[in-house]
Amino acid sequence: MSVLADKNTRLLVQGITGGEGSFHTRQMMEYGTQVVAGVTPGKGGQKFDDRVPIFNTVEEAVRETGANASVIFVPPPFAADAIMEAADAGVSLIVTITEGIPTRDMITVKAFLEKKATRMIGPNCPGIISPGQCKIGIMPGFIHREGRVGVISRSGTLTYEAVKQLSDLGIGQSTCIGIGGDPVIGTTFTDALKLFNDDPDTDAVVLIGEIGGTAEQEAAAYIKSEFKKPVVAFIAGQTAPPGRRMGHAGAIISGGEGTAAEKMAALRDAGAHVCESPAVIGKTMQKALGLA
Amino acid sequence: MKIHEYQAKAILKQYGVAVPEGKIARTPEEAEAIARELGTDVVVVKAQIHAGGRGKAGGVKLAKSPEEAREIAANMIGMKLVTHQTGPEGKEVRQVLVEQGLDIAKEYYLGIVLDRSRSQLVIMASTEGGVEIEKVAAETPEKIIKEWIDPLTGLRPAQARKIAFALGLKGDAFKNAVKFLHALYEAYVQTDASLAEINPLVETRDGRVLALDAKMNFDDNALFRHPDYAELRDLNEEEPLEVEASKYNLNYIKLDGNVGCMVNGAGLAMATMDIIKLAGGEPANFLDVGGGASAETVENGFRIILSDPNVKAVLINIFGGIVRCDRVARGVIQAAKNVDIHVPLVVRLEGTNAEEAARLLDESGLKLQVANSLEDAAQKVVASLA
Repeated sequence: MSVLADKNTRLLVQGITGGEGSFHTRQMMEYGTQVVAGVTPGKGGQKFDDRVPIFNTVEEAVRETGANASVIFVPPPFAADAIMEAADAGVSLIVTITEGIPTRDMITVKAFLEKKATRMIGPNCPGIISPGQCKIGIMPGFIHREGRVGVISRSGTLTYEAVKQLSDLGIGQSTCIGIGGDPVIGTTFTDALKLFNDDPDTDAVVLIGEIGGTAEQEAAAYIKSEFKKPVVAFIAGQTAPPGRRMGHAGAIISGGEGTAAEKMAALRDAGAHVCESPAVIGKTMQKALGLA
Repeated sequence: MKIHEYQAKAILKQYGVAVPEGKIARTPEEAEAIARELGTDVVVVKAQIHAGGRGKAGGVKLAKSPEEAREIAANMIGMKLVTHQTGPEGKEVRQVLVEQGLDIAKEYYLGIVLDRSRSQLVIMASTEGGVEIEKVAAETPEKIIKEWIDPLTGLRPAQARKIAFALGLKGDAFKNAVKFLHALYEAYVQTDASLAEINPLVETRDGRVLALDAKMNFDDNALFRHPDYAELRDLNEEEPLEVEASKYNLNYIKLDGNVGCMVNGAGLAMATMDIIKLAGGEPANFLDVGGGASAETVENGFRIILSDPNVKAVLINIFGGIVRCDRVARGVIQAAKNVDIHVPLVVRLEGTNAEEAARLLDESGLKLQVANSLEDAAQKVVASLA
């Protein structure tokens, strides 16, 4: 089983006729995802690859096809508007792949989404996948296998690395969620952990964080107080120089937090199995599950 | 994107933020002329570099005459200013801001930044002006006033008044501070800033409120909305190799170690640096070549990494997901033929067609080691240093 996406998910693709959008739409369909509609303003009435109907608006696409999820490949200047259009049309899950959306736009989007019943994943993320059922995003499907471990990550290729380690050891995944590497994101580590906590088909979670912000510390506080399943964690950027990626005043709100060391300490304190090395994520999960 | 104090003040002024009168000087003579033009009893000469802590390092000085302003500027321009933010090598001062002296009654701190936990902007203010806000936050967090801004309303007048009252301002200074806050917020939003810090914000004895210092950073993702900001970029302030890398659209950050690394994806690039360190080496750089890792990007990556004389070995770590590893391997082989790779090279390709890729690399005749896992790669590259 899985969270967020499964074989009943009916996906629409915003930006389906663009380079990235068309390439990954084909990849998703090949994986078995039900892609029911595409949206490109001005190209309504056409068909993508002679199969998927294209609409001018998300509202029309939802009405005509019953789409309940949307993946967004729209370029940065127009991405925020695309997200809000999908939320307005009542789509319950939005996955925003687009990288490079201005923070100011995302602050507006985040406030807009608060009034809607829509969950957003991303932006600047690889998407989500429930192996064997549904892939919404750009990750390579073949490295995944069906199973009972959830994965939550701020990264792309580092997530693939961790997933491959799991799959090679025979540990399958329920759902892998790329929450995105931007400062303002739709779904946080804590939000994703809550989904896995309530999922009877997820036994444990891999959490992959990185330097900057305090989302991992907030996740640690939640893990300590409420999360019932084993967590294996890795934080990238133990060797990253201070001040290069973090805004000078960005750390102050959290009282100077934001380094890998602080995040690892918080997660350790919460009872998570924290990996020092990115090479042992799979093995650590194997131990946490009592398989080795 | 970072800019200089004088550039930040010029932008803030356009939005109605009160700043002292002043101009930028690139020679001692210009500094003298500006001081004369300003006509105040005292002028301030301020070194313009992209780093904080200039005051303590001798980069901010008072001049009591235009002649003295010239002398100070003569000493300052060309000097290497070492502050706690520049590193021990310091930064060369190429220009100074000459400003009118003010009759200061009190100093405050004012900043706007994104609060990532709330996904809202937060205005921070404090009566502890001129002190580093991190220090205030650590030692006396109760002295920091915070107001979060709802993006649907913007900064509300009641919030601006609340901050000004909390700072203990009265009369004209109170009114001017409220006006200042609204103008600063407007400037922040309209310019797509990622940081605005006024430290100190000063109150003069005649009730004016001005930005004595100003630091502004811009959101790189929003630069497409502000093409005119390109000319504000000062390449002298950036690491030359990073400037070179940016021409190739490579995301490169120079570090102090001896193991160069080339990786696809920022998270995996950081994790690769981490595992090099765990294996006993020191990463020489962060380099994300992006998803595709084409022959051209790999070749440019080689050129950048090998321009750093400290690099004694190179590790390539590519997770080929959608992109096939055999294609990446062919790219690496082609690039390696075009660039003189004079240090040991370890290549780890994982993902689609990884075995085919390893075979291609083995048969290429290039002097390189193929690694079959992240751990193996880190150990091999560190061993090659010996």
